Amino acid sequence: MAVLVLMEDGDPSLQMLTLAREFGDPLHSVRMDAVKPFAPDALAAILAKAAVDLAVSAVIAAGTDRGNDVMARLAARTGLPFAANCIAATPGDPVEVVRNRWGGSLLEGAMLHSSRCLITVTPHTFAIAEGAAPMELDVKPLVEQLEPGDLLVQVKDHVAPPGGGVSLAEAKVVVSGGRGVGSKEGFAIIEELAGLLGARVGCSRVVTSAGWRPHTDQVGQTGTKISPDLYIACGISGATQHMAGCKGAKRILAINSDAEAPIMSLADYAVLGDLKEVLPAISAAIRKLK
Amino acid sequence: MCVKRVPFTGGKMVLNAEGTALETRHLGFTISPHEECGVEEAVRIIEAGGGESVVLTLGPPDAVEQLRDAMALGIDRAIHLQTDGAEWDGEATAAALVEAVRADEAASGPFDLIFFGNESADAGGFQVGIRVARALARPCVTGLKGVKVEGESVRCEQDVDGGRDVYVVPLPAVVTVKEGLNLPRYPSVPGRMRAARKPVAAATPAPAKTRLQMMHLAVPGGSSRKTEMLGNGAAAAPAVVDMLRKAGIV
Repeated sequence: MAVLVLMEDGDPSLQMLTLAREFGDPLHSVRMDAVKPFAPDALAAILAKAAVDLAVSAVIAAGTDRGNDVMARLAARTGLPFAANCIAATPGDPVEVVRNRWGGSLLEGAMLHSSRCLITVTPHTFAIAEGAAPMELDVKPLVEQLEPGDLLVQVKDHVAPPGGGVSLAEAKVVVSGGRGVGSKEGFAIIEELAGLLGARVGCSRVVTSAGWRPHTDQVGQTGTKISPDLYIACGISGATQHMAGCKGAKRILAINSDAEAPIMSLADYAVLGDLKEVLPAISAAIRKLK
Repeated sequence: MCVKRVPFTGGKMVLNAEGTALETRHLGFTISPHEECGVEEAVRIIEAGGGESVVLTLGPPDAVEQLRDAMALGIDRAIHLQTDGAEWDGEATAAALVEAVRADEAASGPFDLIFFGNESADAGGFQVGIRVARALARPCVTGLKGVKVEGESVRCEQDVDGGRDVYVVPLPAVVTVKEGLNLPRYPSVPGRMRAARKPVAAATPAPAKTRLQMMHLAVPGGSSRKTEMLGNGAAAAPAVVDMLRKAGIV
């Protein structure tokens, strides 16, 4: 049976193909930029029509913001169930899926009862595997059939980010502070260490809720998900909401005065102590090297 | 504003004996951070421009607690679609919400804006708002960090790589929002007292067939990380620098 995939630039779509190949052959693809600027309802309309024309058994996308958005619209339009952010799926009737809950802190085994399987695949779950590239569909005739309502929601403008520099999501090193930092001013020693390491400053949700740092600095399930080479978590307890955002880090160093804090056993390295003493000492030791 | 009651999880996920739900005996309940920002935005819009705000949930009888919390922050009234606490999938939830919105609009007039969180904190289905919008034939923009009503339309800002994309759609519309949209206020004592007197309309919808059927839950295998203690207090600095050097960071 044929399968339809929604492709965008970047690794998550290539990773998604690894799972899509288990659902059938051949793979047909529609690109996320088939309609420019981005118009999610138009893409859902194109996928809905193509899925019927090609009689596909499944439509699969990467579980990115746009992947989930377009697939949910396809589900709403076609009246089918939809399983977002799957980390495994076994074709059949029903399709058996394992999907993320709580930002990946919990896994759900579920049955998807549907005439056509609609799923997205959690980014960074599968390795990119060798295999034939999907055949890109000629979407021109489908674009011509779009109705005005399909283009009601379409990007009208783009605003550049304030500031600049490396984004939190792409930083190689992130130094984060949590409740233990104690105040807005307390972040000075975090910023100092971050400066010495060429790192970005991050924080936990407690910190943004208190107004000490902007939400753009927040690492977590509802903040930014990061995967740096090193994550230094200072005065952060390691609640699931936070760990969902930083578990992709290659190494985690926890600095905490509470030996019982969950992060002290979730990290690769730990220092027990008051961050107000530990951080300046680390900064001083790094300065001595330079 | 549509919200969902979810447990306030701490450092560890603990399941019930059957492995079908979180063990919540020792947990408090809340709504997701995304939804807290949606409540705040709805309150601000009404404070600035007048009108009425409503909070809607589908959940067990105890979910009235989350409705009162939202009303304590300034929401005017609530609609509670009561369930027996069983899991409803996104499709069934959306169908019940659509019926409730239609019934309320027939009685009290149309909503200009319907807010959802971008995804629920627990199930993370990414679809209820979009399904409701489709059924009501209204435009829907997702994942918003900026919502501004401008006359008969709403300007929506969505975080993307390298900035923000802007959409402008006509009202009435459905928007799904993310934390960072605003900084929600804390409830005041007078707010809580007023909330206790605000009306909650209750209904008991018939559950639709669940086609994304949850079978069991599992806590993912622990991170394979083994923690190495680098020391105590300031005396740990040399060991930290040593680790940084080995990792090629300094």
